[in-house]
Amino acid sequence: MKIAISAEGQGLESRVDQRFGRCRWFTLIDTETGNYQAVANEQNLNAAQGAGIQSAEIVSRNGAEAVVTGHCGPKAFRTLTVAGIKIFTGAEGTVADALEKFKTGALTEAEDADVEGHWV
Amino acid sequence: MTTKLTIAFASGKGGKGKTTVSVNLASAAAAAGYKVAYLDCDVEEPNGHLFLKPRIRRRYPVNVPVPVIDHEHCVNCGACGEICQYSAIVCIKNNVLTFERMCHGCGGCQLVCPAGAITEKEREIGVVEEGEAGGIDFIHGKLNVGEAMSPPLIRAVRSAGQYNSLTIVDVPPGTSCPVIAAIKGVDLVILVTEPTPFGLNDLDLALSMVKELGIPHAVVVNRAEPYNNMARDFCKGRNVKLLAELADDRRIAEAYSRGKLAFDAAPGYQAVFDALLLSIEKEARL
Repeated sequence: MKIAISAEGQGLESRVDQRFGRCRWFTLIDTETGNYQAVANEQNLNAAQGAGIQSAEIVSRNGAEAVVTGHCGPKAFRTLTVAGIKIFTGAEGTVADALEKFKTGALTEAEDADVEGHWV
Repeated sequence: MTTKLTIAFASGKGGKGKTTVSVNLASAAAAAGYKVAYLDCDVEEPNGHLFLKPRIRRRYPVNVPVPVIDHEHCVNCGACGEICQYSAIVCIKNNVLTFERMCHGCGGCQLVCPAGAITEKEREIGVVEEGEAGGIDFIHGKLNVGEAMSPPLIRAVRSAGQYNSLTIVDVPPGTSCPVIAAIKGVDLVILVTEPTPFGLNDLDLALSMVKELGIPHAVVVNRAEPYNNMARDFCKGRNVKLLAELADDRRIAEAYSRGKLAFDAAPGYQAVFDALLLSIEKEARL
């Protein structure tokens, strides 16, 4: 399964970025093989509006089936849901930590957005 | 006055005195017999009414067009999502999502849809209120809470006040789209500033904007101090006309905090604003 983890940097030891729409990087990881690739989210970092929507498009285009992040706003949630992508919020620590928690089922799937848009 | 004049009061950032200067100037103009309109284009937080205390006579909503997708006829080509620059339409995994509050109402999605599956409906973003305040035609816009996009409402306020001989436009703070909507086509922009590093930083931004737009402009310094040459030097250095200075006067601040016009509250200010009105008019007709 291919998942996207919002991250502050490019490696597995980078910290999970608490923001989904305005995270610096998406770490796309194949949970079976462990292969990963970092996708820059620069264009959305400073977007005035619509960062969550466009970030959702990016992860969808990259074939992610689940998103692991800190928090997720309403527009991102709606877009991800329509794209059939599962959302796991509340991740923290490093990308490797978040991946481990995801694999062991320690993260719960979000049923709704957990923050307002533009929350930080 | 023989020809119509529209003067806008702007500044790179809030709290510099746009409203103080523009409401007092509108009052001075009305007292001098001008047919004057005051347009509060700061639709996110209009406050001119606190000082002019208008009687509102007319109120109407302002709408923007937003797309409606006919999912039956949609062919999932993705063209609408591609042309939308604001993520108001997203085509994802054979679904089309709309985010109405992101929509700028350009109609591009409807134009590019090959299946004719997009129509428009109206969405209210705020209201315009028109009234009268001591001989001044008063018009302001009130953006609905939570709306991100004010320019269509600002344009509605601007077009409502067109018929007067002197139109005073109170501009929202900043240098982005709402400001540009408020100052487009005016005869003169007065940039209100104060002689502080913050004031001049904001003035610098506002100057670059009006120069880019090619609109005639001049500076009025608010809260001026006799021995503080900061703003004077800045204007000289940038070759921009410093039209007038309003002294830093506690009485003006007290009047403001009570919702009163300096024009009424402090003796001598009628003459100050009369003089300012004359110099602005002269500058605008250059």
